[in-house]
Amino acid sequence: MSNPMKENQITTDPSKPAQRMRAGSLRIAALPWVIAGLALLVMPFVFNDNSAITIMNQMAITIIFALAYNMLLGQGGMLSFGHAVYAGVGGFACMHVMASTDFFEMLPLPVLPIFGGLFGMGLAMIVGSFSTRSAGTVFAMISLGVGELIAACSVIIVAFFGGEEGISGDRTYGLPFFGIEFLHQIEVYYLIAFWLMVSALLMYLFSRTPIGRMANAVRDNPERAEFLGYSSRWVRYYSFIFSGFFAGIAGGLFAINYEIVTEENLNTASSGVILLVTFLGGVGFFFGPIIGAIAFTLLQTVLSLQTDLWAFYAGVLFLATVMFFPGGLAGLLMMHVPAIKMGKASKLVVPYITTLIPALIGILGLSALVEMTFHVRHSSVGDEEMTVFWTTFDSHDILPWAVAIGVTVVAFAVMRMMLPTLRAAWADANATKANTSNGGAA
Amino acid sequence: MDLVLVNLIDGLVTGLLLFMLSAGLTLIFSMMGVLNFAHASFYMLGAYFAYQISIALGFWMGLLIAPLIVGVIGAGVERYGLRRVHQYGHVPELIFTFGLALLIEELVQFIWGRNQMPYQIPDALNFTAFAISGNSIPAYKVFMIFISVAIFIGLLYVLTKTRVGMIIQAALSYPRTVEALGHNVPLIFMGVFGVGTALAGVAGVIAGPVLGTFPGMAFVLGSIVFVTIVIGGLGSLWGALVASLLIGWITTFAKSYNIRMEDILNGIGISTPENLSDSMFRDIWAVTSPQIADILPYILMVLILIFRPYGLFGNRDA
Repeated sequence: MSNPMKENQITTDPSKPAQRMRAGSLRIAALPWVIAGLALLVMPFVFNDNSAITIMNQMAITIIFALAYNMLLGQGGMLSFGHAVYAGVGGFACMHVMASTDFFEMLPLPVLPIFGGLFGMGLAMIVGSFSTRSAGTVFAMISLGVGELIAACSVIIVAFFGGEEGISGDRTYGLPFFGIEFLHQIEVYYLIAFWLMVSALLMYLFSRTPIGRMANAVRDNPERAEFLGYSSRWVRYYSFIFSGFFAGIAGGLFAINYEIVTEENLNTASSGVILLVTFLGGVGFFFGPIIGAIAFTLLQTVLSLQTDLWAFYAGVLFLATVMFFPGGLAGLLMMHVPAIKMGKASKLVVPYITTLIPALIGILGLSALVEMTFHVRHSSVGDEEMTVFWTTFDSHDILPWAVAIGVTVVAFAVMRMMLPTLRAAWADANATKANTSNGGAA
Repeated sequence: MDLVLVNLIDGLVTGLLLFMLSAGLTLIFSMMGVLNFAHASFYMLGAYFAYQISIALGFWMGLLIAPLIVGVIGAGVERYGLRRVHQYGHVPELIFTFGLALLIEELVQFIWGRNQMPYQIPDALNFTAFAISGNSIPAYKVFMIFISVAIFIGLLYVLTKTRVGMIIQAALSYPRTVEALGHNVPLIFMGVFGVGTALAGVAGVIAGPVLGTFPGMAFVLGSIVFVTIVIGGLGSLWGALVASLLIGWITTFAKSYNIRMEDILNGIGISTPENLSDSMFRDIWAVTSPQIADILPYILMVLILIFRPYGLFGNRDA
């Protein structure tokens, strides 16, 4: 119901055992996990300056949070507009543990996120008891209302939430963990990476358990699940509290990493961001949110350095994803699996290059136009000089406008010209399949 | 007593303003089964367009033209955006409108910047209409009440007494049958979406000068509007009216009377703890009603959802 590209939904002939759908398989491929673990170990040696590690920490926290969110959205079909609350409350709980010095001195820091998880879970148990009664719009509305309520409370109940300035702590007061006091970013990185692996694995295993499978069934057809004797409400409730637990862990890691938690961690804007991240990555696959979190964090950190308009671009990207690629980035990648399996993927390479390069140039031209318009409208009166793509020019001059418009128009025209070739190549690469996918670059 | 009257009028203004938004939203919901997250963004667009038009042509032309533009944009969004996403199901539709709300906010900041616009009450309405024992009621508030009531009556008339209204009502409940009778149902849906967003635009035009025209205005009102239609019952026009007025009055009264939590708790027999400043619950004891006025609607919503999940006037099956 929710999206057309469900996990492993590749139409095959079930009569041939070799091609049987693997969706129901309970086997777990170890290889991707080993590769991911090794990558996490090696990353700080490749990107070893402090800012890169900061970005990676942020990324890992977002990945855990997005995976937890996708337990609801992708696997359970529940759209939440207030999920940041559980992460935020987890963060606040961890911060209070950090602040209670006597207790914290007996506690090694790596254990701390569990408290966040338990608090997130506890809150999810309370809220879920009435919000998971139905999925869809009603659930979305309750999540929004509760989210707003708790975010508003955070300014009033100062004892727990610390009011507007939030609460801060010091992670180094904890019991040293094998002599490590977590003074350096790199130590925190490994702590977060450890929790990333553990929680991602647990969440993956959850999706393979009977309850995780039932969550999918309830998402697709609650009525039928009820007829089979499962209470769709309880199935949703379990997904919800586990999601709350992992969101709380993400919040706890946030508290450890930044040593400050504020109202911003649980307001609606953060909830919106996590929805954006998850959907961008693709809700139909387990690894979708991971891609989404990596892409979004990069976009956020890199693009926001370059332009004031990065939120605008993110919004456009999000809307385009919803409209044209509801499977997200993961869905886009997985569309190519049949072609690769048939060994025909190489046929796509040249058409992709000839179509995507003009498209990219066109998009860059368009964004240059957007930047120039913004500059003309909002820069101070005498300031007519601006820099776009390492070129400095006068934004009130006709020439740069003509160049930008020309490049954009020509690039998009070339792309349009190339589209039929790509479509033909796509159809060719997927030829033996009866199902016609609707084109790689629709 | 006089203060009660003043508050009643203030609450009525807030409530009717909310109703103009929630009426369109609830109509769109009963039509497509999808909450339009971007509804309040159309309200914001209405205010900004009206401001831009009022610079050139004056307030009254703004009141006339801005809602039309907003309605056309709304219809375009339905035709080219929502209808496309509709095939993927309800959740992507909801996500689409959510993304649209984000994008419109960014777009408004892109065009008009982050600051509040100097959108003013027109001179013709900038006087005191009457006074209740020293509390003056501005003419603009009276004007707002008149506009909203007129729109409500007009909407009710069109929906229940005209042929178009009959077809719309039929299309809401039995789209396939209506289509089989030869009516263009997608066109009706587009029209309803356009009118709903235009109503939000009207609300924006008349609220802009009072509540301020700034990029956050959609966000401020947006979630309250959802709360309103959830309390009233999704899809119920009367529910939307009752809930809007209820929320309008509750928040207004909570703001103007300083009721302290301590007094309430003492009133029901719980005595104030000796060492309040050390207590875990000191913030709860110190809470006053103006402080929580803005979150009262959310509390009300959660209570409604627990005890009457289909809302005050909602359909149990919905």
